[in-house]
Amino acid sequence: MDSIAGSKSSLTWAVNISVVLLVALWLFPTVGLLVSSFRTSDQIATSGWWKALFPSVQNLTLRADAPELQVREGDLYVIEGDLFEVGKDVEISVFGVSSRAIDAFKVGETGELVKGGDITVSVEGHYRMTNIEPFEGSRGQRIFVTAKTPPEFTLDNYHNVLFDPSNREGMAKAFFNTLTVTIPATIIPIVIAAFAAYALAWMEFPGRALLIAAIVGLLVVPLQLALIPLLKFHNEIGIGKGYLGAWMAHTGFGLPLAIYLLRNYMVGLPRDIIENAKVDGASDFQIFVKIILPLSFPALASFAIFQFLWTWNDLLVALVFLIDSTGETTVMTKQIVELLGTRGGNWEILATSAFVSIAVPLAVFFAMQKYLVRGLLAGSVK
Amino acid sequence: MHPALQGLVTIILGVGGCVAYFYLSNQILDKVLFPARGQNAGRNITRANMIRPWLFVLPALLALGLYLAYPVVETLRLSLTERVTMSDGSTTYNWVGVDNYAQMFNEPKFWEAMRNNIMWLFVVPAFSTAFGLLAAQLTDRIKWGNVAKSMIFMPMAISFVGAAVIFKLVYDMRPVTQDQIGVLNALYLTFGGTEPKAWLTIPVWNNFFLMAVLIWIQTGFAMVILSAALRGIPEGTIEAAIVDGANPFQLFFKIKVPQIQGTILVVWTTITIVVLKVFDIVFAMTNGQWETQVLANYMFDKLFRANDWGVGSASAMVIMLLVTPILIWNVRNARKEMK
Repeated sequence: MDSIAGSKSSLTWAVNISVVLLVALWLFPTVGLLVSSFRTSDQIATSGWWKALFPSVQNLTLRADAPELQVREGDLYVIEGDLFEVGKDVEISVFGVSSRAIDAFKVGETGELVKGGDITVSVEGHYRMTNIEPFEGSRGQRIFVTAKTPPEFTLDNYHNVLFDPSNREGMAKAFFNTLTVTIPATIIPIVIAAFAAYALAWMEFPGRALLIAAIVGLLVVPLQLALIPLLKFHNEIGIGKGYLGAWMAHTGFGLPLAIYLLRNYMVGLPRDIIENAKVDGASDFQIFVKIILPLSFPALASFAIFQFLWTWNDLLVALVFLIDSTGETTVMTKQIVELLGTRGGNWEILATSAFVSIAVPLAVFFAMQKYLVRGLLAGSVK
Repeated sequence: MHPALQGLVTIILGVGGCVAYFYLSNQILDKVLFPARGQNAGRNITRANMIRPWLFVLPALLALGLYLAYPVVETLRLSLTERVTMSDGSTTYNWVGVDNYAQMFNEPKFWEAMRNNIMWLFVVPAFSTAFGLLAAQLTDRIKWGNVAKSMIFMPMAISFVGAAVIFKLVYDMRPVTQDQIGVLNALYLTFGGTEPKAWLTIPVWNNFFLMAVLIWIQTGFAMVILSAALRGIPEGTIEAAIVDGANPFQLFFKIKVPQIQGTILVVWTTITIVVLKVFDIVFAMTNGQWETQVLANYMFDKLFRANDWGVGSASAMVIMLLVTPILIWNVRNARKEMK
């Protein structure tokens, strides 16, 4: 194609570079959140995540050992130790002993302590405080350093968000609640829709065309219209807010797309197979279960992915039909919105929680992208 | 009962119930009501076959009717009534005619939501489709196009809420004395800005920052559909144009784009419907503050914060009204295609 187009290599280069830019633009925001979820809150607050991949210069507040650890060396009282773990690749440039002058001394210089005595700090963080009087007090001397530290990542955020049972804002419960909503809400509409799609595709009956048109119409009816009438209905029949209501709502809202996708696919199956089976005496029920269902697997998979992504990512249906005032049945999307309100600045928690909820759909997406694309192509009303 | 167990029971009951219903109802039809034997065997088979389709579509019809068709009618009714709690705790619905609509039209917040929704309606489908078309055309021509496509397509799998968090980090603001942790402010300061800005609180412009989130999500969808359409263009027309000396840009705008106009329209309308229902992004990022209200969030506010079912239903009807032209267009197209 390139050769017939007679396109010069410069154009190919331009295309390649444009696509690189486009992909980078599209990935950049997500990568930012992913990187942030592996950083401590201090790191996130003091530098942009794009700097996390490189060594960064930071102002740190550290503490020397407490005076009770001092030793005598001749006439002097000495406290000695390391500000960083030994072997860590840090590079201190300046230090100070007062928050008003954090860069008072260069590394290698001898600094003066406020209450008397001297201090030296080495490039890699070894410090030595000496005084002719004993050091007093219960807490160690504060030392302010400006240091270049290597990139550092942590799994603590994930541990905190997923496995810490004392964390009431954790995602573990919400994760299982989301799963509980999602699986029945994905499977049940498929079963109902498959039968209906078969009838609409391969059985003759009056009103069939009208039904198909109605389903195409219902495809675009906004969810918003259903909220109040159905909440009222659920309260009247006594199921109120809860899983049952959420499953039913998701089933109802998912059906038009399910029927539409499956019918379009089934209509395209070869007529011969079905007619031969009929001649051999198979009933419609047998034809459906033994022939149509196995052949329709790609369409079933397409819809299953759509419905799974939609129910997993849903917020509105969960808010209206599922989550009651106790909050026991909260789902991840709701949990994240709450965190946005109460912990708007705590990016380590937000980023990690968001990624926990994004991870599963992303895995499904990359594993089954083929079916998703196929479903999209079949599902957009032509 | 533990919810997970309850879920499992529901799956078994739901799926088992459906299968049992279909199986048993077919059995009853064939064996009990119209058995295919005796002197009326022929007539019975015909009758059974007339009823059978309805057995297949019945559960779907009930669910669709109850969960989608009935709510349209009921919402219309509720929008014309006022919910009153009586002294004994019961609620009644009084007919108030178009009062709810009149009240809504007098609220500046409603007009703000309308204005924003109209901006969303133009900007999001336009940019998503344009980016999608660009991405489809560019990725079709390079070796690693499929990888690039799946990267651009990926946001489709991310929830609106997840995307809201992602973009809140992009738009984050720190005081000027600190390092910026939001990319946008960092770039803004690098390229000559003096003060970091709280992007989501600058009226009118903040709407575009919210729209960017949806464009980011929907571009992948547009790209996938348009890419398939581009590949479906007959080779002959392209070769003829090349022979006639068309350059790549002419080839794209004068030969390819006109041939996929229909698909572009489909993509545009599909995204339009998504835009009309957009709720989560606004709810999670600004909740309609700083003049970013949209209809769906306005409606949610009315229903569940102000507890005003009348006005809430009225605003839902406005959304329905805006969807209706697309609904009719889709139905007409579908009918045309079936004939």
